[in-house]
Amino acid sequence: MPNILVFAESRKGELRKVALEAVTAGRALADALGGGEVHALLAGAPGIAGKAAQLGQYGADLVIVCEHAGLSQYARETIAVTLAERAKSGGYRAVLLPFSAQGRDLGPRVAAKLDAPIVSDAIEVTGAGDTITAKHPGYANKVIITLAITGPLAVISVRPSAWTPKENARTARTETVQPGADPGAERVVVKEVIEGAKGKLDLGEAPVIVSGGRGLRGPENFKLVEELAAAFGNAAVGATRAVTDEGWRPHSDQIGQTGRQVSPQLYVAVGISGAIQHLAGMRTSRTIVAINKDPDAPIFKVADYGIVGDVFEVVPALTGAIREAKKGH
Amino acid sequence: MKIAVCIKRTPDSESRFKIAGGAAIDETGLKFDLDDFASYAVEVALQLNEKQGPGETVAVAVGPDSVQETLRKAMSMGADRAVHLTTDTPPFDGLAVAKALAAELKGGGYDLVLFGKYAFDTSASIVGTATAELLGVPCVTAASTLEIAGGKGTARRDIEGAGEIVEFALPAVVTIDEGIARPRYPSLKGIMAAKKKPLETKPAQLGPVRVTVKAMALPPDRPPGRIIGEGTAAVPELVRLLQNEAKVL
Repeated sequence: MPNILVFAESRKGELRKVALEAVTAGRALADALGGGEVHALLAGAPGIAGKAAQLGQYGADLVIVCEHAGLSQYARETIAVTLAERAKSGGYRAVLLPFSAQGRDLGPRVAAKLDAPIVSDAIEVTGAGDTITAKHPGYANKVIITLAITGPLAVISVRPSAWTPKENARTARTETVQPGADPGAERVVVKEVIEGAKGKLDLGEAPVIVSGGRGLRGPENFKLVEELAAAFGNAAVGATRAVTDEGWRPHSDQIGQTGRQVSPQLYVAVGISGAIQHLAGMRTSRTIVAINKDPDAPIFKVADYGIVGDVFEVVPALTGAIREAKKGH
Repeated sequence: MKIAVCIKRTPDSESRFKIAGGAAIDETGLKFDLDDFASYAVEVALQLNEKQGPGETVAVAVGPDSVQETLRKAMSMGADRAVHLTTDTPPFDGLAVAKALAAELKGGGYDLVLFGKYAFDTSASIVGTATAELLGVPCVTAASTLEIAGGKGTARRDIEGAGEIVEFALPAVVTIDEGIARPRYPSLKGIMAAKKKPLETKPAQLGPVRVTVKAMALPPDRPPGRIIGEGTAAVPELVRLLQNEAKVL
């Protein structure tokens, strides 16, 4: 029975949610292909081994621990070699990674090293016999493409939030490996990591996103959005392209076709008209709330709950009401 | 510097798509142009060579004859020449496309090879990185800034809630994010000049295609939107729905 190799992404010594999602996706694919094992590669600075048990909890049978002081920061070339060498060692049908900043950078490196076909950003993966089939949203999420991947070994990255981490507890065995290359010899050297605001949730990981558009009229009014996000307690703040183009918010906050594509549990669009470019980045959110003064704004066509009104009145009222509702819990 | 920019011809991203025959988009009435991210890559290449003195910018594309129009556009923006690697519709197999590009670029003496961070149609972020790997050169993906000095590059990448500053030696492959540079419009003079610039044609050496499209479909529609009320008066109802119906509070 073929096994699945999963890249268990971590950052600063912590597993990322996408690692658990990828393990969950790996478990499902292994089961579809006949019940083989899921092996998760966990790479990081010494101490990362402590995260192995958590991977077992979500379905990994074996955690391959690669600890090295040089892996405290993302070492793209070292990790790619380590993953590829492991995949080459035999018995694997597929390598799964998250389609995250790290995973999208690693996937093609690994695929080229293995001369294995690769599919990115899958939202569904199934396998039978010689073929693995993956669904991938192309054309900026406007077309769902079903791709068939042939060959003995496939590399697949899975879209963040497309799989919900599912407990499938097993006591994972662990195995220790050395990095496949010297992290000190990386040709792309990380000089500096500029952290975002402290405690800020990433757009890809936050269960709730509150996003602001041009309807806020100026950067100073984003405090309304930030206060609403703070009231939810588990929310990140996003913005439209118009807003990031104006420089009201950093480019990295942009949600849309050319920015981040997100699927939170709840998406609150504040003063956003709903241009196609923006909808492409958030239309897969589970629940969408829109607040906008124009009843004809296209955002209301996708909003589960729309409120027509002045954002400067409705948003503070909503912030207060959410605070109250949270208190009741 | 000798810079190659690998570009793609993709449909206008604002289009409404229809599916033809179950496994392709209906191209009737669609407008095709230089892909957005590829246009940033072209602009970055031109600016680097303008700033650093004599250099050469070569636009490269894989595809059917229609990509020649897109290569001409890159030349009308300022690229010096173009290479068209001919094939029918390029496959959704990013590694196969990377092989064709690497075969062309290898031994070409390029200091820098630029790509968009992904192309609108495949939305896959594969070809640039895989090409770098096949060429055996360093690769930086999704650069939102790029500076080159003294044979070294410095770039910034957004990495989900943080920024990463990286340094690398040339030759290298860099894939370009949005926001790095505003692509110029071709001038009339540029358009005239592009007609006379050299465009070389050769068959694309794709290698085996192992990823194939089985079906294309439009995503399921969301349930139609619903306006629940106006102004602050609607807030209590919204909170009730979020608690009891959507169950997200």
